[in-house]
Parts: sequence; C-alpha cells; structure tokens
Amino acid sequence: MRRRWRFTQRSSAIYRRKRRAFAGFLFGSLSGVTVFVLLPFLDVIRRSFTTAVTGDFVGWENYRRIFDNQAFRLAVQNTLRFTGVCIPLLVVVGLVVALPLSRIRETELIKSLYLFPLALPTATVVIVWRMFFYEADFQSLVVSYLWRNLGYTVVLWTAGIKSIPWDILEAAKVDGASALQSLFRIELPNLKGSFYTIVVLSFLNSFKIYREAYLVAGAYPKQEIYLLQHLFNNWFVNLELDKMAAAAVCVGGVLFFGIMLLQYFWDRER
Amino acid sequence: MKGKCFAEACVKLLFTAMGLVVCMPVFFVVTGSVMGSYDLEACLAPVFREGKGFVGWKLIPDYPTVEHYVRLLFKTPQFFVLFWNSIRMTVLILAGQLLVGVPAAWAFAVYQVRGSRILFGLYIVLMLMPFQVTMLSSYLVLNRLSLLNTQLAVILPAVFSTFPIFLTYGGFREIPAELFEAARIDGAGELYIFLRIGLPLGKGGMLSGLVLGFLEYWNMLEQPLAFLENQALWPLSLYLPQISWMQAGFAFGASVIMLLPAVFIFVIGQDYLEQGIVYAGLKG
Repeated sequence: MRRRWRFTQRSSAIYRRKRRAFAGFLFGSLSGVTVFVLLPFLDVIRRSFTTAVTGDFVGWENYRRIFDNQAFRLAVQNTLRFTGVCIPLLVVVGLVVALPLSRIRETELIKSLYLFPLALPTATVVIVWRMFFYEADFQSLVVSYLWRNLGYTVVLWTAGIKSIPWDILEAAKVDGASALQSLFRIELPNLKGSFYTIVVLSFLNSFKIYREAYLVAGAYPKQEIYLLQHLFNNWFVNLELDKMAAAAVCVGGVLFFGIMLLQYFWDRER
Repeated sequence: MKGKCFAEACVKLLFTAMGLVVCMPVFFVVTGSVMGSYDLEACLAPVFREGKGFVGWKLIPDYPTVEHYVRLLFKTPQFFVLFWNSIRMTVLILAGQLLVGVPAAWAFAVYQVRGSRILFGLYIVLMLMPFQVTMLSSYLVLNRLSLLNTQLAVILPAVFSTFPIFLTYGGFREIPAELFEAARIDGAGELYIFLRIGLPLGKGGMLSGLVLGFLEYWNMLEQPLAFLENQALWPLSLYLPQISWMQAGFAFGASVIMLLPAVFIFVIGQDYLEQGIVYAGLKG
C-alpha cells in the first residue's frame, strides 16, 4: 500500500515536470498563434455580424448578402469544381506513376525529375505558361496544378507502397494470387494512410493555384476560373471587409468541419 | 530473369522520358534567356501579339547572346533591390520559424500532457487553413500594430505558420523515447535533453522544414500582394510577372537568376525534401 502511494507521488511529480516543460517549449509559438491568428479571427467573427464602416450590429445580414452575391456563388462553384476535378485526378495519376516506379530500383533520378517543378517559382514559369496557355482557362489551371504537385504525390505513394510488409505480398503470391488480386486486396487497402495524407496535402496546395491564375490572367480572369481566392483578394482591395468577414467565417467553418471529419476517419483507421 | 531486367529498363526509360517532359519549362526559360531580342520577337509574336497559333522555338538559338544578363546585372540596380528583398524575407521567415517552431514541435513530440492533443488538433486545423481565410484576421492585427506596408507584415505571420512544426515533429518522433527516460534518470534537465539529444538527433526534420520552407517562401505571392503596396519592398516573385513580353529576353534572364537559389536548395536538399514530404504525412 505504502509503496503504491510513493509510486503515484513520484509519477505525479514527473507529470508536473512534463507539463511545465510542455508549456515552456510551446509558449513562444502559442502566444504568436494567439496574437496573429486566434484573437483576430474572433474579431473577424464579431465583424461578420456588423457593418464595415459604422460597426453597427446587423445580425445575419452580411451572410445573407454573400449568399445572394453572384460573384460569391460563382467563386464557390468554380473552387469546388476545381478541387473536385484536380484532387481525384492527382491521386489517381500519382498512383499510376508510383505503382510501376516502386517496383524498380534506382529511382532517385526519376523522382527528382517529377519533384523538380515544386522548386520552380511560379513567377519564373509564368512566361512559359503564357506561351502555351495564353487563354488561362480551366484546363490550363488543371494541367499546371498536376504539373506542380505530381512529384510529391508520387513520393508519398511510393513511400506507402514500400512500407507494405514484403512477406504479405510474397505469401499471397505463394497462395496463387494474381498481380491484380494482390493490388486490390492487399496493396490498396494497406495504402489508406497514404491516401488520406495525399488528399490533405493536395487540398492544402490546391489553394495555391491562385498564383498561376493571378499571374497569368490578373485579378479578373475568365468567368470559369474566377475562384474564391480572386474574390477574397478583390473584396480586400475594395475594402469590403464585412462581406470578407462573413465569407471567411463560412469558408473557415466548412473547412474546419471537413478536417474534423477527416481526422475522425483517420483515427478510426488506426 | 533477363526478361525482367529488360522490362525494368523499359519502364525506367519511359518514366525518365516523361520526367524530362515535366521539366521542359526550365529548358524554355534557359534557352530564352540567351536568345537575341529579334529571335524572341519572331518566336513569340504569333501568340502574344495575335493571340493565336503556337510559339515556334529553336532548340539551340542561332546567335546565343548574354545581352539580357548584362542588362540585368549591370544596368538594372532595381533588380538587386528586389532580389535582396526576396532573400531577406525568406531568410528571416525561416530563422523565425526555427526559433519558434522547433521548441513547439519538441513540446508536441515529447510531452503528452492533458490538453496537448487538443492543441495539436488546433495546430493541424491552422496548418490547413488557406491564406484567404486568415487574410482578414492578419490584416486586422497588422493594421493595429501599424505594420502594414512593411516587410514585417509578411514576415511575422509566416513565422507563426504551423506547417513547419509538423515536419520538425516528424523528425523528433523518430527518436526513441527511452533515450529521454535514460537521460532523466541520469538527472538531465528537460532543456538539456532538448539541446543535447533532441536538436542533434532531430536535425533531419528541421532541415526538411527549411528546404520546403525555402521553396515555399521564395515563391510567395499572396502575402506581399495583400500587405505590401510599395513596390520597392516587393519580392521578385511578385515583380517578375509584370515584365511585359516585349522584354521577353529580360524576363527570361531574370527568371533564370530567380531560379538559381531554388534549384541550388533543391539539389543540396533533395533527400531532406523527400523525407519532409513523408514527414508531412505522419500524424499522431
């Protein structure tokens, strides 16, 4: 009995020490995040219920206005369409490249070639883009997104495929499984973790397509590629801060919900 | 066995060829930068002037020239100002991220205390929020601190970005926890463990963060576009696309010079880059 008491005493001292260390190491980052992101975002939420100039409380008025706003609807539609087309395409193309690539040796050079676009600043290739895609339409955005992001998708898929225990595949082969069977029954189910990662990272990067879109076609491009990013930027330039606040809360809220959902599935997977 | 080797060689050849196609834009930029203005005009006019047809391109220019580089390096002092802006902002952001983010990553990787998982979840959410969602909040705080239209307006929010924390975290998680326990039993303090065990062994994760961070901030557009009005403060990434196609050679030359640091980092940091991409995928 006494021994047990001393044990908890000791472990709680260790726990306190860990808690203190955790707080100490995180302090700088957390206070920066609080000052630069969290507190001002609360202010944005407050502003989304007030007018931009006078600051009078207007309830849901700003939200009603953005949902009635044609530009907002168009931008949401285009952004959804872009992510809906690009992410599945990137995931599949990446897998199609990674599957044969993971079966051969000495692929360092090949992987470098595919990763290389990640290192090329958008500004330096814009002039080349203008030579080929002078129209800056939907397809050209999809192509340049795939071009830039294919490399890390291949790296992630390959890392995932390589981490599948070799003996499972070998055992399946001995039991007479065909290549196709082991792909669908063993490899793909084992790659769920990589799949989530790739989806998250490619989503994170899908918003950066704005760089290409803006640099090639400016603040007001063709209708079909007018994205949320353009809209936010234009509202910002015109100081329509009330609409911006409401839209930031909406987009942020939807993303927050999406991330939570993804984390839930991710945790269940483990 | 022989058939297998042959098949492997074929696959390799095919993928290398495709990879070279992927890298084509660099080829255009480099050859364009040594082409004479007259040649360039002839090549680009169909697309840029008439807005149709295709560009013609010569594999090797008939009369290679360094005129654009001479003009850039000796006759355009503004170019250096912008180049230096890019360097300064990128370096300061990365230094700040190291100073703030590495201890934070260490906190998440080593200490599981009550509330740490929730904070970690919050950091993941923040990592995934695009710039546009936080643009207004950044603007409000920068406005209050009267930092708008100074380079600090771009640097400070980026310093507190949570993305590099996850790369560094991945590196720290690979260190076996028994090492810390052993050090504690020997009486080492937590700071000592961080400095003497964590930093040297978790170097990989930090370098991955630096490499990916360099490529990201060397290419940044949204932040300076929103928060810097004064063009003298702009980074190259924002200025370059403004050069009109009439000065294509100049633009190609400037592109090559802007490419060089990124390519350099890419080549020396290749392993860390790949590792960083994999770390970015680790979770929990």
